[in-house]
Amino acid sequence: MAEVLVIVDHVDGAVRKTTTELLTIARRLGEPAAVFFGAGVEAATETLGNFGATKIYVIDDAEISQYLVAPKVDALVTIAQQAAPAAILVTSTSEGKEIAARAAIRLDSGLITDAVDVDASGVATQSVFAASYVISSKVTHGTPIITVKPNAAAPEASPTTPSVEKVAVTYAATSTTAQITDVAPRAKSGRPELTEAAIVVSGGRGVGGPEGFSVVEALADSLNAAVGASRAATDAGWYPHAFQVGQTGKTVSPQLYMANGISGAIQHRAGMQTSKTIVAVNKDAEAPIFELADYGVVGDLFAVVPQLTEEVGKRKG
Amino acid sequence: MKIVVLVKHVPDAAGDRSFSGDTTTDRAAVDGRLSELDEYAVEQALQVVEKAGEGEITFLTMGPEAASEALRKALSMGGDAGVHVVDDALHGSDAIATSLVLAAAVRRLEPDVVICGMASTDGTMSVVPAMLAERLGLTGLTLAASLAIEGNTVTIRRDSDEASTTITGSLPALISVTDQTGEARYPSFKGIMAAKKKPVETLTLADLGIDPAHVGLGAAWSAVDNIAKRPARQAGTIVTDEGDGGVKLADFLAAGKFI
Repeated sequence: MAEVLVIVDHVDGAVRKTTTELLTIARRLGEPAAVFFGAGVEAATETLGNFGATKIYVIDDAEISQYLVAPKVDALVTIAQQAAPAAILVTSTSEGKEIAARAAIRLDSGLITDAVDVDASGVATQSVFAASYVISSKVTHGTPIITVKPNAAAPEASPTTPSVEKVAVTYAATSTTAQITDVAPRAKSGRPELTEAAIVVSGGRGVGGPEGFSVVEALADSLNAAVGASRAATDAGWYPHAFQVGQTGKTVSPQLYMANGISGAIQHRAGMQTSKTIVAVNKDAEAPIFELADYGVVGDLFAVVPQLTEEVGKRKG
Repeated sequence: MKIVVLVKHVPDAAGDRSFSGDTTTDRAAVDGRLSELDEYAVEQALQVVEKAGEGEITFLTMGPEAASEALRKALSMGGDAGVHVVDDALHGSDAIATSLVLAAAVRRLEPDVVICGMASTDGTMSVVPAMLAERLGLTGLTLAASLAIEGNTVTIRRDSDEASTTITGSLPALISVTDQTGEARYPSFKGIMAAKKKPVETLTLADLGIDPAHVGLGAAWSAVDNIAKRPARQAGTIVTDEGDGGVKLADFLAAGKFI
């Protein structure tokens, strides 16, 4: 069976859930082989093996951490030319999409981005035009390169013991031109990852200011949820841009999405309207968010949300 | 300094966008406009020139006749000239073919810097900037939340969930910018009038030396199987808060086993 390359998304060897989803999808298409960039493979091997990676390619050269994206493409192309994989799967992060884009050019291969599912025949499903259409499509030329969104599959274990292979890569002069000169890590919120969370609680213009987000955060914490924000709130500087849900931020598709003080402009809907259940609280009964809501409360979020938080606490006992 | 800014004419995202029978974007169903995310690229190019006190900006687009509107909009914000690649054979081109054509057009212009938006608002793939950097061998400085050009050196800040990263490279470079770079200016009346007099060159595939067999729907390296409109969400229950809105919401969440 041909290998299916999966680029591992990890932080110092801690494998992201999205990668276990990709390994699960890869098993439909062939034999999963993980491509691991940077340090920490020892910490990742067990998880990667548990989700069916039979092989782990490791590239831990200094170029990988010193330069933006392109050295990873050199490495991926080196592996792909040797392994002739059935497909290459990459998480739909901004970096993942760049690796995929450059690899498509170098490998003369078709590319599909932002898949929400990939079946055994390689047909990928995408959600487009602010999630108003569902498209299925297939790569018809070269090695299919597919970037896959979080939550595209439920991770299923398939334990195996992977072999680990260090890959020797020759880096192109043009791949070592964008030098990373400083990395300032962001503070961790301790909450679930926005794109992976089962529940997302968001705030928008109606939250009124940065201090208003404490109400949103309290509800999120009572539900073990991630916190999101609309563009209006992040543009105003009330909440960090990394938490923006919408066209220029994150696309989320949780079991439950709670929009508080968010009107529901197309820009926001693009990022959340595939959520399973949508709840909205807004003062304005005419707000378009209510057209999407499974349950909506027309009212002041500063009255409704704290009451809900208290109620959640009581019912949890 | 010579700057090329890539701009795209897209169906307005606020409209009811749809597909044509041949699976391509229906460009007639909804009014077109300059992609909002490209306005940030236009703005940054103008700021680079203003700061340097010199520089020449050419806006480049590829698309049907109507795409010239995107050039005019950009030219009304500022800059010097436009280039419009228009050819019937381009209809249905995928990102790979698009980057092939744009790369050829950029090569003719020999810029020091190419600036583009983070993604188009219609395709939203966000891959053309990386493909262009790859094809042209330019220093790829992508997804800049801020940028500065000093002499021959470009420095950008790129924000991810984990970190804020500073990246530096030499010209010639390709920079893609996010909406975090700052609001784009509105065209002034004077700007709109001036734009009408700015030169716009029209190029065909033949002018660029590209074989039409390598572009368009037939040459796309992925094929659409099926397109379906997502069913509208069923109307939900909307209640007005009468002092017990939070309790009612809790009941709804409990019924859905979220609590």
